[in-house]
Amino acid sequence: MSAVMVTRKVTRKWEKLPGKNTFCCDGRVMMARQKGVFYLTLFLILGTCSLFFAFECPYLAVHLSPAIPVFAILLFLFVIAMLLRTSFSDPGVLPRALPDEATFIEMEIEAANGNVPTGQRPPPRIRNVQINGQIVKLKYCYTCKIFRPPRASHCSICDNCVDRFDHHCPWVGNCVGKRNYRYFYLFTLSLSLLTIYIFTFDIVHVVLRSVDSGFVLVCFFTLWSVVGLTGFHTYLISLNQTTNEDIKGSWSGKNRVQNPYSHRNFGKNCCEVLCGPVYPSVLNQRELLQEEAAGPAAPAAPETSAGAGGPESSTTKTTAPLIPNEHTPEDARPSIAAPPARSSSPGEEKPPAPQDPASSSSSSSPSRETDPAQAKEKTQ
Amino acid sequence: MAETHSLQDIRQQAAIAAKVFIQRDYTNGTVCQFQTKFPSELETRIDKQQFEETVRTLNNLYAEAEKLGGQSYLEGCLACLTAYTIFLCMETHYEKVLKKIGKYIQEQNDKIYAPRGLLLTDPIERGLRVVEITIFEDRSTGSGR
Repeated sequence: MSAVMVTRKVTRKWEKLPGKNTFCCDGRVMMARQKGVFYLTLFLILGTCSLFFAFECPYLAVHLSPAIPVFAILLFLFVIAMLLRTSFSDPGVLPRALPDEATFIEMEIEAANGNVPTGQRPPPRIRNVQINGQIVKLKYCYTCKIFRPPRASHCSICDNCVDRFDHHCPWVGNCVGKRNYRYFYLFTLSLSLLTIYIFTFDIVHVVLRSVDSGFVLVCFFTLWSVVGLTGFHTYLISLNQTTNEDIKGSWSGKNRVQNPYSHRNFGKNCCEVLCGPVYPSVLNQRELLQEEAAGPAAPAAPETSAGAGGPESSTTKTTAPLIPNEHTPEDARPSIAAPPARSSSPGEEKPPAPQDPASSSSSSSPSRETDPAQAKEKTQ
Repeated sequence: MAETHSLQDIRQQAAIAAKVFIQRDYTNGTVCQFQTKFPSELETRIDKQQFEETVRTLNNLYAEAEKLGGQSYLEGCLACLTAYTIFLCMETHYEKVLKKIGKYIQEQNDKIYAPRGLLLTDPIERGLRVVEITIFEDRSTGSGR
């Protein structure tokens, strides 16, 4: 009976991730918290298409060609697949800094700023880096305790930094970023093709049967918004820009600032965005964590926080209490806790009592390797 | 996670003296690259050349993972044609290289870093932001000799 209890206690990393995302299917699906508009999108697409398939397709298939509904179904399936892929995948969330790393960055900032007299505002936390000959400012994120990488931005709705942040799209119920931008673009592209397709055959149907259909009007209005959006994103992709950069006018040309990420070649920009490498999720949402009460994690936890803050603060006297971080216990755990399943897994040969660091680190194998099924699930 | 687990094993015998974080190098764009600048904290522990060699090899591996070219375009187009369902049963090129990187880091830890009381953490465990190098306090207590 106790064995059953232990297996039920398994905690995965997604349950402890900070931020305002919601997860379904044991961490495989990741979305924003507000999903109302996403359901509306689904309803609109499903509704329009089922009306088309129910009332127009039978006539068109008989009188024109049976290929018409077949192609429509293929396109429809592609649209839905792309929508779900955009909505359910990790947009490229950057994990927050663990306490050790946050302390290190904090120390570096203080070393750079020197002594700021009390009562005076410390200088803004900005780091300048040169990218392809352009100076780009990296801003410090007070929530994630990191200097945001170039092109990353903090999404206020999801409360996470997202790499190559494009925008938060309520229609798909997720952020659009580095990892799901291509799916988002393909979704808008295939959706506009589907709308044009349905619109065209609607008109054909009306003309052939000379019946009146209000459907045409609905299609006409959706057409322009969706096609317009696709056009806008095609323009952005050809310049290798994000919506965020476009709105802020980061590379508008004033002050001779040009987009350092662009290849100056429309074709290459499109290829990079649409066919470039598929980035893995760095969240590792489905990784196993150990329960607080079970195993050696509990005694180890206070030890680490002391090890992180103790020696460093004693030598530098910068931050006596560890930087205020509401997530400290959660953040600390992944670095020190050993997953119960892993540590007892028979596949991993682990010396029972490591004699020196060399022998113990030989047992370390990357987590991706030990669980291929997990790696695959992440891509879903 | 397995790596941090071994880290925990070491901690039972040797206390952590400090941690060094090698930051990303953005000079060539957002491709994942790390700075080869030698941190002064490691001076007493490891050769500059040896450290640079490790970081450079890591950089080359990441460059290979994110290379734009015929192979990545082919993979992208093929996946697009199958509505990306192919990734349910196929590993991406990036994931293959990440495995290679994991093996390389493990090998470097075994051969070079662990005997010197250092431990590299796979950057993927830290969101590809940093290479974390843990410095352990005393080698003799750590090795138990």
